[in-house]
Amino acid sequence: MTAASPVTETAQGTAILPGQGGWTGSLSDTFWRNPKLLLILMLTPPVLWLGIIYLGSLFALLAQSFFSIDEFSGMVQYELTLKTYGELFRPANLDIIIRTVSMAAIVTVAAACVAFPIAYFAARYARGKWKAVFYIGVMLPLWSSYLVKVYAWKLILAKEGILTWIFAKLHLTWLLEAWLAIPIIGGYSLSVSYTGTFLVFLYVWLPFMVLPVQAALERVPGSYIEASGDLGATPGQTFRHVIFPLALPGIVAGSIFTFSLTLGDYIIPQIVGSSRLFIGQAVYAQQGTAGNIPLAAAFTVVPIVIMGFYLWGAKRMGAFDAI
Amino acid sequence: MRTGKGHLSPDWAPPATIPCDPKPARAGGLQTTGLPMTNAVSFSSVSRHFGTVRAVDDVDLSIAEGEFFAMLGPSGSGKTTCLRLIAGFEQPTSGHIEIFGTKVENVPPYRRNVNTVFQDYALFPHMNIIDNVAYGLMIQGMGKAERHKAANEALELVALPGYGDRRPGQLSGGQRQRVALARALVNKPRVLLLDEPLGALDLKLREQMQEELKTLQRKLGITFVFVTHDQGEALSMADRVAVFNNGKIQQVGSPQDIYQRPQSRFVADFVGSSNVLEPAFVKQLTGKDACASLRPEAIRFVQSDGHLATVTGSSYLGGTTRVGLALGDMRINALIPADQAVPENGSLVHISWQENELHLMEDAQ
Amino acid sequence: MRSDGKHRAPFALKAAAGLGLAFMHLPIALIFVYAFTTEDKSYQWPPPGFTLKWLEVTWNRPDVWEALKLSLQVATISTVIAMVLGTLCAAAVSRTKFFGRETISLLVILPIALPGIITGIALRSAFSIAEIPFSFWTIILGHATFCVVVVYNNAVARFRRTSGSLVEASMDLGANSFQTFRHVILPNIGTALLAGGMLAFALSFDEVIVTTFTAGQQSTLPIWMLEELVRPRQRPVTNVVAMVVVLVTVLPILAAYYLTRDGDQVAGSGK
Repeated sequence: MTAASPVTETAQGTAILPGQGGWTGSLSDTFWRNPKLLLILMLTPPVLWLGIIYLGSLFALLAQSFFSIDEFSGMVQYELTLKTYGELFRPANLDIIIRTVSMAAIVTVAAACVAFPIAYFAARYARGKWKAVFYIGVMLPLWSSYLVKVYAWKLILAKEGILTWIFAKLHLTWLLEAWLAIPIIGGYSLSVSYTGTFLVFLYVWLPFMVLPVQAALERVPGSYIEASGDLGATPGQTFRHVIFPLALPGIVAGSIFTFSLTLGDYIIPQIVGSSRLFIGQAVYAQQGTAGNIPLAAAFTVVPIVIMGFYLWGAKRMGAFDAI
Repeated sequence: MRTGKGHLSPDWAPPATIPCDPKPARAGGLQTTGLPMTNAVSFSSVSRHFGTVRAVDDVDLSIAEGEFFAMLGPSGSGKTTCLRLIAGFEQPTSGHIEIFGTKVENVPPYRRNVNTVFQDYALFPHMNIIDNVAYGLMIQGMGKAERHKAANEALELVALPGYGDRRPGQLSGGQRQRVALARALVNKPRVLLLDEPLGALDLKLREQMQEELKTLQRKLGITFVFVTHDQGEALSMADRVAVFNNGKIQQVGSPQDIYQRPQSRFVADFVGSSNVLEPAFVKQLTGKDACASLRPEAIRFVQSDGHLATVTGSSYLGGTTRVGLALGDMRINALIPADQAVPENGSLVHISWQENELHLMEDAQ
Repeated sequence: MRSDGKHRAPFALKAAAGLGLAFMHLPIALIFVYAFTTEDKSYQWPPPGFTLKWLEVTWNRPDVWEALKLSLQVATISTVIAMVLGTLCAAAVSRTKFFGRETISLLVILPIALPGIITGIALRSAFSIAEIPFSFWTIILGHATFCVVVVYNNAVARFRRTSGSLVEASMDLGANSFQTFRHVILPNIGTALLAGGMLAFALSFDEVIVTTFTAGQQSTLPIWMLEELVRPRQRPVTNVVAMVVVLVTVLPILAAYYLTRDGDQVAGSGK
């Protein structure tokens, strides 16, 4: 086909055009005839990378949890045993697990409470420019440096820091002291108390809750709320019977993040909090200073199993559509 | 064309070999002088199965060169799959497809001299109109000035001169449709495929585009194959129509054939509003045990000597009135001119028709 | 949910939403104040005075420069790898239905869905089993692994929005697979890839949990900061570094937002 001639010159060319583009053309023909070949070529690099580097390491780690450590020599014994898993149930280790799971649960509930108004406002009332402001307002803290956020809270919670100063200015120092005097959640200062750990967890994971809740609320048509009001429901009843059930998959989706991230974190409790360990710190300590890789591996199985159940439940609630 | 001949370069004059006869060509297709009659597209026992679904089921079909061919059918009837088989986006599960005598089983879409106007137009959103239209020429390696010139000519052909700098998003549905047409035609395909080309347009624009497409096809002499679910569109535009149902072709023929002499109940029901008379009734009349079709406008009300029917209702349609009748167990419709008196509901009437208006159907399904 | 504009938000809701946003932003803003404080021993508030001195001190610290350089190199290379792997995966998953595509999606998301410490310790023990010494490339192995998902999420979302008939139209007009990729697919998914790449860069630049397990004695900027947090040596320098890190991560995030704002979510849930 000589392309330069005008359009109307009746097409009398061949029905089949010659191959174009040299070897890329023939390669393209090959791919067209064997679509699976292209698929395999596309999938091989990522599957090899993730399969070998990631899954391979993961299985190697899990396999080690079935070994044990010789208590005298400190050497790993390569015999299959459940002894290491038994160690998880020692009171000290069980304490660590319970402490971590409770913290994750409390952080999740608090994050849902704080996130809901933000998500609700952004989804239902924010328009145009404000919509963008809210979106960026959530995205920026989500993506900005984790360590910087933790560090910022170290500044805030310090004994001589801004929070103490605010309480003093408001003449509420007594309240802060009373709070710190409460056993378990209190301490010498906020930065070495569970309250501090909780605040930092809440702060760092909050954006992970806002986004899915907002996504779920965006999908609720405004007419549902009007219909509910039209049928005589008070705003409270509308919230309880219409908005909340429809937002629930979003909340569950968000809770997957807040729960999982809290379970696995070892830096926040190390920097802000008391000296008692969380699962992440225990893993870190066992593999590092204690050199007990089997026990560290067994510890990592705990969040994996908990998250497995959590995800299974969340899937049944339809939370994955809201992510 | 809307803009008239003034905009068109002399090259746009219809090629002498292509008759501009408004009467549609019959099955043989338009014959180009000096060349033996060729089939532009032919299917032999072509099937395309998706898992257990037989989208196209053992179809034989030949489309003549220069023909305006319509594939008509309800959604899921296999007509679009047939189009995609010609374009090369689908491969037949069995059977052979030939384009101008060449088997194309192993020919990818980009090596078939066939272009498509997509249902959603599929204009490239990241290019302006001129680059969209010139895309095929760019891929062939034509220089920028040259391909832009050709693209501008094609835009003139579809009555959109000077739209080259716009983006697809800035055009209306009808304009996008024209751009899609220009983008396909600029490559001078030997067959142009149109997938529900007018489906997204409103009624008025659709009627206008029907005219334009017809004119354009005659002028260019390119084989047009278009898919539609709108029987009116198929009948008014095409030289020949293939009616699809359940992956099979029910009937192929000229619009007149399809409309007046449906060969099956499906075609009678789907194309127009023919009455289908049951075999028991037809046997009394003709002695043959078969269904027969009878167009509503062929039914006349007579004083006596007709078949007795009961009037079940009537609706005013503007130019005509549709009268519902119970003829034995059958419900049929008659169309009468609006100025004629409408028989009362529930009254007994005599109806009659010319014997040759009754068409026996080979396939009684 | 769309409001019709007649309804105004109740005051309590407005206040709660506003306070929530403030809660998310004020702590970061505080970093900027502390970077200029004259106090160098404690976190005293309000700062007794302001100075630009710490900017200069930080500028002259070779260890900070070393860490910054390593972080930038790691983030760049990890991003390139993640972009290649993530795009390939997204293209395969969104263009064809094949057996096991759910599994592929899960495989991509897993490194970010499981707590980072698991990825970290798994990689470390694998390195020790395979007797691979810690190096620049061990850090890359970890970072690229969890960065794939961000690119993948962005690319998949854009592929989903890009009409499949565009590819068919291109082939119909004579372009083979490679020409179609270059002239149609790439321009259409380009901004999404760029956005995914920027987020991957930000993610890698900031990562600390996995890095502590794969870096050995090397120090990326986050590792440097973590050491300062655990065993503070010179607090004002940490303050300045923290401020710089915020600025370096905010820019790609904003850019990614502007590249994808017409519809895609910036895969926020993927972090």
